Amino acid sequence: MTAADLGPLGRPARAARLVLLGAAWCLLVAGPAPASAGVSTAAPVPAPVAVSEETVTRVASRLRCVVCQNLSVADSPSEMARQMRDLIREQLAAGRTPAEVAQYFTDRYGEWVLLVPPARGFNLVLWALPCLGLVGGLGAVLIAARRWSRRPSLPEATDPVPVPADRERIRVELERFRD
Amino acid sequence: MTVRLRWLGPLAALPLLALLAYAFRTDPRAIPSPLVGRPAAAFVLTSFDGQPLDLATFRGRVVVLNFWASWCVPACYDEAPVLESAWQASRDRGLVVLGVAIQDRAEASQGFIQRFHLSFPNAPDPGGKVSIDYGVYGVPETFVIDRRGTIRAKHVGALTADALRATVEPLLAELPG
Repeated sequence: MTAADLGPLGRPARAARLVLLGAAWCLLVAGPAPASAGVSTAAPVPAPVAVSEETVTRVASRLRCVVCQNLSVADSPSEMARQMRDLIREQLAAGRTPAEVAQYFTDRYGEWVLLVPPARGFNLVLWALPCLGLVGGLGAVLIAARRWSRRPSLPEATDPVPVPADRERIRVELERFRD
Repeated sequence: MTVRLRWLGPLAALPLLALLAYAFRTDPRAIPSPLVGRPAAAFVLTSFDGQPLDLATFRGRVVVLNFWASWCVPACYDEAPVLESAWQASRDRGLVVLGVAIQDRAEASQGFIQRFHLSFPNAPDPGGKVSIDYGVYGVPETFVIDRRGTIRAKHVGALTADALRATVEPLLAELPG
């Protein structure tokens, strides 16, 4: 980038600020997601009490139905999912917290069973990639826009001042027209 | 600037391509079981003959724990004779084959057992508790448990005689205790 390329001084700074803003927005969006993703944030269920269907559904909706394609245990009508919901209900009634129930399934089926994988390790790619894409795209658009705006514009149209050669040609043409 | 920017696109695409190359080479349906290498979960079932089937009583033997269903065509039908002959051939050397019928009707399961003349213990899994405890996705799935009660292998899909032998033989050779 040469000095001549740098348009008005304010531009690069503004571009950088915009990219930063995009990144901040991304953090804002992605930030709360892992928190709500962890079942651990849910209030623990006190020991042997009646378990509400809502709690069962809440736990089940975070688990992947193992015999389906992209369905949660809460949504699947399969026999296996029904058995899993029964097991969730049973474990909650026995005083386990939703986090412990989720852990029970994770221990047996791996993290694969969680529909919202925890944001750590390699999983972070899942959270970071869209943000990186957005910031990168924003940067690319800014750079492209700046280059377009700098493209040498056509000379401004002024009152035409014919050069002597043109003047001569016009005179000849007009004379021919009159004849 | 132009030269630098020309390289920026491909350079930025490289990590993404690497990620995609990695992801597309893995089978999204092949999920490694976190249970391999862990102690086999205890269970007590009641066999179709009405006998108690307690995993703990088979400690010291190599257990082939097979989850199956009568509606599982053809995989369960393919491997049933394999399991029966392995049980017949190696029971004297400390091999036990246990069948657990999951998500099945009792009459259908019993029909399956009669059809293949299965002589090893088989039990239904009411409520699917044992199958969920073993992280079973579908049928057939087979766990091989060593003499110490540790899960050493998990096989998804129909077992072949060769695959079963390759897994079980080294475990049979291990000393109990």
